Amino acid sequence: MTTAGAAARARVTATTAASNMPYLIGSLVVGLLLFYFIGFDEGATSLFGNTMVVHEFVHDARHFLGFPCH
Amino acid sequence: MHAKQVIPRAALAGGIGGLVAFGFARIFAEPLIQQAIDYEDGRDEAQDALAAAAGKPAAEMGPDIFSRTVQANVGIGVGMILAGVALGLLFAVVYTVVQSRVTWRPRVLALLVAGAGFLTLYATPFLKYPANPPAVGHEETIGDRSGLFLVMILGSVVFLVVAVIVGRRLAARVGTWNAALLGGLTYVVLSGVLMALLPSLGELAANVATYGPVATETPQPLRDAAGRIVFPGFDADLLYSFRVYSFAAQALMWGVLGLVFGALAERASGRTGDAVEAGAPAEAVDA
Repeated sequence: MTTAGAAARARVTATTAASNMPYLIGSLVVGLLLFYFIGFDEGATSLFGNTMVVHEFVHDARHFLGFPCH
Repeated sequence: MHAKQVIPRAALAGGIGGLVAFGFARIFAEPLIQQAIDYEDGRDEAQDALAAAAGKPAAEMGPDIFSRTVQANVGIGVGMILAGVALGLLFAVVYTVVQSRVTWRPRVLALLVAGAGFLTLYATPFLKYPANPPAVGHEETIGDRSGLFLVMILGSVVFLVVAVIVGRRLAARVGTWNAALLGGLTYVVLSGVLMALLPSLGELAANVATYGPVATETPQPLRDAAGRIVFPGFDADLLYSFRVYSFAAQALMWGVLGLVFGALAERASGRTGDAVEAGAPAEAVDA
């Protein structure tokens, strides 16, 4: 690969990286929130009041996925 | 691939992985979960009988918002599929960031990232704090257990990042093979040190105060005032089977996620298996 080619490639990569950012942050936030609701909510901590609805509904999955439960 | 292309494909692949893991769970895990719940109910009754004999009030029961039928068929399905989607979204972030730094073809990188997810988010924490069926785990320690489990997950993720950095730094000096081995060793040692430092669940203050010195929260035989066993401890084989199936289900979920995403990513980037198999020089130019 030529130096000019490498530089062009680096520029393209940098631009892509910047335009990726909002999507990656969104994906990370939604992924972590979902992970939290399946695994932890209404256990040790509870975001929307301690109703136990989420906990009880996904109860079996929570145990089977290895999250702390009782 | 742009994140816009990666994220929906990864979420779909994760959802499919969750669906497959749900099928597995419905067949293999649900009978075990029911046995564990039956044990828990029997033990609660025995405990209430003991309390009544001693003139103490019966213990409070947890809420029954959903029937067992709903939990065992719908709840676990929704839970597994959404967990798969969540893991797919996290997978997408790592895949997008890593893809421009390596020369592997999409399906190989997809399997490696999925393997890294399985290792850090499940397998390593599992070694210290394995999955437990209902009846195993004390209500009053849920906060401590959640915190410790999170520490294991975060530690594993950080350690794998460190191991990859170490491996890549050393590659030029000691060669790829040895660098990969040293990176792996770094991960094993760091994880091992963290596991040694964290308490086992039986060592938590609340447990020592109530149950004395035991290693875990697995229910021991229930004894009456005279020390006679009135209800057995938790079935060791049931515990073993549950954990093996839990491990297998996670491997299945991550495996399907990696393979399905890999296939989707290859199609999106216009690659077909045949063209690449025959065209090694094309790969070199591409790299």
